[in-house]
Amino acid sequence: MTTRPKVAVHKFSSCDGCQLAFLNAGEALLALPELLDIVHFAEAGMLDPDAPVDIAFVEGSVYTPEDVDRIRRIRASSRYLISIGACATSGGIQALRNLGDTRDWVGAIYARPEYIQTLDQSRAIAEEVKVDLELWGCPVTTAQVVAAIRALLYGVAPVKNRDKVCMDCKRNQTVCTLVAKGEPCLGPVTGTGCGAICPAFGRDCYGCFGPAENPNTGALAQCFQGLGLLPVDIARRFLFISNDAPAFAAEGKKWREEA
Amino acid sequence: MSEERRIHIEVPVLARVEGEGALHLRIEDGRIEHLQLRIFEPPRFFEKFLEGRAWHEVPDVVARICGICPVAYQMSAVQALEDIFAITPDPWVRAMRRVMYCGEWIQSHALHIHLLALPDFFGCNSVVELARDHAGEVRRGFRLQALGNDLIALFGGRSVHPVGVRVGGFHRAPDAERIAELLPRLEAGVAEAADLVRWCAGIAMPDDQQEFVSVALRAEDEYAMGEGRVVSSTGLDLARQDYDSHFSESHIAHSTALYSHLDGQPYLVGPLARLNLNHAQLPDSTRALLQASGLQLPSRNMFHSLLARALEIHLALVEAVRLLSAPPAFESAYQPASPRAGIGYGATEAPRGLLWHRYETAADGSIVSARIVPPTSQNQARMEEDLKQSLEAFGLDQHEDAIRLRGETVIRNYDPCISCATHFLRLGIEREPQ
Repeated sequence: MTTRPKVAVHKFSSCDGCQLAFLNAGEALLALPELLDIVHFAEAGMLDPDAPVDIAFVEGSVYTPEDVDRIRRIRASSRYLISIGACATSGGIQALRNLGDTRDWVGAIYARPEYIQTLDQSRAIAEEVKVDLELWGCPVTTAQVVAAIRALLYGVAPVKNRDKVCMDCKRNQTVCTLVAKGEPCLGPVTGTGCGAICPAFGRDCYGCFGPAENPNTGALAQCFQGLGLLPVDIARRFLFISNDAPAFAAEGKKWREEA
Repeated sequence: MSEERRIHIEVPVLARVEGEGALHLRIEDGRIEHLQLRIFEPPRFFEKFLEGRAWHEVPDVVARICGICPVAYQMSAVQALEDIFAITPDPWVRAMRRVMYCGEWIQSHALHIHLLALPDFFGCNSVVELARDHAGEVRRGFRLQALGNDLIALFGGRSVHPVGVRVGGFHRAPDAERIAELLPRLEAGVAEAADLVRWCAGIAMPDDQQEFVSVALRAEDEYAMGEGRVVSSTGLDLARQDYDSHFSESHIAHSTALYSHLDGQPYLVGPLARLNLNHAQLPDSTRALLQASGLQLPSRNMFHSLLARALEIHLALVEAVRLLSAPPAFESAYQPASPRAGIGYGATEAPRGLLWHRYETAADGSIVSARIVPPTSQNQARMEEDLKQSLEAFGLDQHEDAIRLRGETVIRNYDPCISCATHFLRLGIEREPQ
């Protein structure tokens, strides 16, 4: 008899959308316990955050002093740690605060800022601990998560696919939003996995799956300039969902300084 | 000698509301002397992220506030911006937005009923345990949840952070073939939702009568979802622009969520509040199910929220079938926007209740300031009030595990964005001799 691998799903600062990759899985959610022993997944009702596990999925970014301690404990008790989603892989949209003065923002929103305790920055999980696999996406899909689990169950390293969204548009025979419509599409520098849904809806990709491998952000930014975008608009394109992913952060900040 | 029991119920993982939360109870002489539902929500500063953003980026920003109800955030936001840009959505856009919103109510309510709430009433810890004895019902719940997700994806490409909504309408209209594929499943879903309502109506619920004020939108000619005036069970009737004249938010030391009050009092938003106020506008078939269920409205028992959600799933499926079967004619999926400076308001009914937005734009349409009042902060004061009353009614001399479970169950009635976390209430008791 084989023992089922123990699995935990942890949440840090996030919108919970990536946990829905599990919770929206329907029948597969009922089948998973035959393959895996889910020991901790608060939203689904399994509670044992400190149990040693074979695989830990981590959603969300590191955002508070307590988060730092918690992710270190999780790392220490996990054999294989997978960060899921834009928040966990790059700090998420809330990493936009890394560009501003958090103290001023707290004062602007909360009447009693002294009650609010946060770090100065929203950080990716990999900035705090070693991460074995990153699944990018805002949100990640059930297919991404299941593929990773399947690979690990078979004892092979999960495939890392950081192809560009453009590849999917070609396969789907979607008309190019950048070339044919002149929209500032981030598809040429964004990783695939979403199914290229934005171009399929006739709109430009906004980069929610983070940078692809070898993204030529500089050339694309110049192309955007050719479309008539001002430096401030170009900066905003890159400084969005995956604003703290290094490739997007560098390009965005460069154009922000020119603005 | 009197004994003080200090009970801490900890909520360490919160949906969208992350970090440590706790319920502090101080019981003296068999009464709750002090109760605080602490929610620690590390602020994600969305209102500040929106400042300086282009108007067309707003739907993609606000979706990220909540993975379970992104459509609600998008709908309130585009309504406010259309307000500023003087766009009146045409009948097709209004109808299709309602269908998409139906999808969100269906998936969110189905998820809440089956994965979050029902395990309490069957003595289970999770839906996986529940499925051992009620496999058919759980699978039906998953089918309904999937149907809701597929409806959202029809208009947005995916159910979490969908990409189809824009100011003025949709980026593109769904293909007729995909609608034709979905319609038979939606029709089958109406029958399954009716079974769900009958099943939920038969589940024994605590009888916990409390006084509270219900607040919801009310539309002229339909069960309000994406538009309407703000009404209350005390006779309030306001345009969404005037929300501030009666509702106020305050910041309390023990929580980072803001608390909302109506004229200084706690109030309820969400499915039971909507049903209490708007049940006369349910479609005939849903109203017949309501009558057969024996539920008397207005209800003063928050445990009826489960049945209210089931009824709203049925309503949403009936509405989706009606609107997709005979959609209004349209020429374009959206009206182009002419950005300008101004102030606009959005108010729609998220699955968890009223979701209010206010935006100020500059001449180029970029966002100068934003204010967002989510349902959970509106229910927060009511949740504390409810916990105090219902735990006293339940009996404070009970075992702490029983008190904890009742506390969790009460909190889950509100399906707060912390509801996932409240699976997780941990009870620790300190006894201090006085």
